[in-house]
Amino acid sequence: MARLVVLGGGVAGHTTATFAAKWLGSEHEVVVVTPNSKWNWIPSNIWVGVGQMSKEEVTFDLAPVYAKAGITYYQAKAVSLNPEGNESTDKSFVTIEYTEAGKEGQSETIEYDYIVNATGPKLNFDATPGLGDGNGQMGDNTVSVCTADHAVHASHELAKAIEKMKGGTRQKFLIGTGHGMCTCQGAAFEYIFNIEHELNKAGVRDMADMKWISNESFLGDFGMGGLHMKVGGYVVSSKLFAESLFAERNVEWLIGAHTSKVEPGKVSYELLDGTMGEEEFDFAMLIPPFAGVGLKAYAKDGADITDTVFAPNGFMKVDANYGAGAYENWKASDWPRTYQNPTYANMFAAGIAFAPPHIISKPMSSPNGTPINPTPPRTGMPSGIIGKAVAHSVCDLMTKGENAHLHEASMAEMGAACVASAGKGVFSGTAAAMTVYPVVPDFEKYPGTGRDTDYTFGEIGLAGHWIKHILHHLFIYKAKLNPGWTLIPE
Amino acid sequence: MKKEELNFEKSDDFNLTMIPGSFAKKMRTCVIWQFIRFVAINIKMIIVVQKSH
Ligand SMILES: Cc1cc2nc3c(=O)[nH]c(=O)nc-3n(C[C@H](O)[C@H](O)[C@H](O)COP(=O)(O)OP(=O)(O)OC[C@H]3O[C@@H](n4cnc5c(N)ncnc54)[C@H](O)[C@@H]3O)c2cc1C
Repeated sequence: MARLVVLGGGVAGHTTATFAAKWLGSEHEVVVVTPNSKWNWIPSNIWVGVGQMSKEEVTFDLAPVYAKAGITYYQAKAVSLNPEGNESTDKSFVTIEYTEAGKEGQSETIEYDYIVNATGPKLNFDATPGLGDGNGQMGDNTVSVCTADHAVHASHELAKAIEKMKGGTRQKFLIGTGHGMCTCQGAAFEYIFNIEHELNKAGVRDMADMKWISNESFLGDFGMGGLHMKVGGYVVSSKLFAESLFAERNVEWLIGAHTSKVEPGKVSYELLDGTMGEEEFDFAMLIPPFAGVGLKAYAKDGADITDTVFAPNGFMKVDANYGAGAYENWKASDWPRTYQNPTYANMFAAGIAFAPPHIISKPMSSPNGTPINPTPPRTGMPSGIIGKAVAHSVCDLMTKGENAHLHEASMAEMGAACVASAGKGVFSGTAAAMTVYPVVPDFEKYPGTGRDTDYTFGEIGLAGHWIKHILHHLFIYKAKLNPGWTLIPE
Repeated sequence: MKKEELNFEKSDDFNLTMIPGSFAKKMRTCVIWQFIRFVAINIKMIIVVQKSH
């Protein structure tokens, strides 16, 4: 019997573990190590953040689901990897630290034959002074929707702001990115329009000034260098699409901005042209930059080999081309296909945890040398597809031997569907439904826009909104492993 | 007065983009049209999902 250990029970890790458990049956063991007791459908945190959903509606307990799937579950966080074992064992192992109530802080090691790192992002609030609390958590100056608890807090702050407006006090809303190297602009984009919708519903929109602040060099970059889509017989840039939406909803924008400091009611920023500025706010939701979760790696003799296994940003190295060099040399083929670690063949990374070869947007920096560009998004659909491909590979390695063919899932050959809602009511909400194919543009295959414009499209309306509702229920149904779950695509 | 055109004068940025008129906005919430779009978007999304696996 061999053992697969999956680190992280989020979108990618849950997909890997549940498919591996199904395909391997009881002949092999699947273990999940994840610090939370609950699974969270993160995209719906947006609705929690405006008070339209409760935390309970977007989360569920993991333990019964893993028990049903025959998965061994540790409520713990991985701390370090020993891919070669140590002085007393030749077997690879991971050191974990429990987060489960009653066992907090206790350490243990788990041996593995194969390991998948799907630990997602560290929400690196402290990268921007005042955005974090100095201890790795969110500070008091802004709110976030990155976790369900953050979103609950955001909804309370929003309710207070709405009360103030009802009492006659104008409020300034500042939503966007909290650092020059952030990703996940889509989530902030969705949040600002959900707030706008709620303010309209509450009858206080005219008491609110709304502003978007982002590290994108143009509105609609979304960390993907923007996209071109067919609208009304034209092929147009997402810049026009995004600017139109902001103008229609009377939301101003400040782009090419590195948020350098956050203080109570005020952010300081540096722009791509080198100018510095300040923006005041009453309510701010600024996405933190992402980093790897800080796993360490040690060789058999105890030497620190973290730099061998992980990139400087903390994400795990995989089969990507990390030596692509300047922007002009970037190719779709730089992007990883199997997600296998180049040094240790029994180690894979899936979802946000893998180190991308480079960013997707054009690299930019201010004259002062401050990099201000979005880092690449790895949204739900790619994370799930990669998680499944990695599960396939590991299962084949375990059942067919170490020469088994590895399954491939390159972000330069896969699409992503994104639905950004603006409001939750079945007939009152609308949403921008978007698909992009492929996520990483391939200018050799699709000269001009880098993407297939038949399958890269976006439109606003109730239809996208209904899809968002359906996806919410479908993905939670699937993650709970309810009957037919394998038929629902990632 | 065309309500949807008011925002053009609110900022230079707004003035240089496009803002949907009343017909385009109505179509966004027209249930019959949106049902047709729902089917079309779903078909496209399913194709993208299939091409991605
Ligand atoms: C507000 C918001 C809205 C979003 N909306 C959308 C959307 O509409 N559509 C879309 O496609 N994507 C959306 N995304 C992105 C999507 O949530 C991510 O792409 C996806 O969650 C990434 O999956 P993952 O498994 O890599 O990471 P995660 O889902 O974050 O999972 C990582 C897991 O690892 C665990 N972990 C952390 N540290 C350790 C450790 N040391 N050891 C073990 N486990 C650890 C975490 O607790 C977590 O369970 C949104 C993101 C946010 C923040």
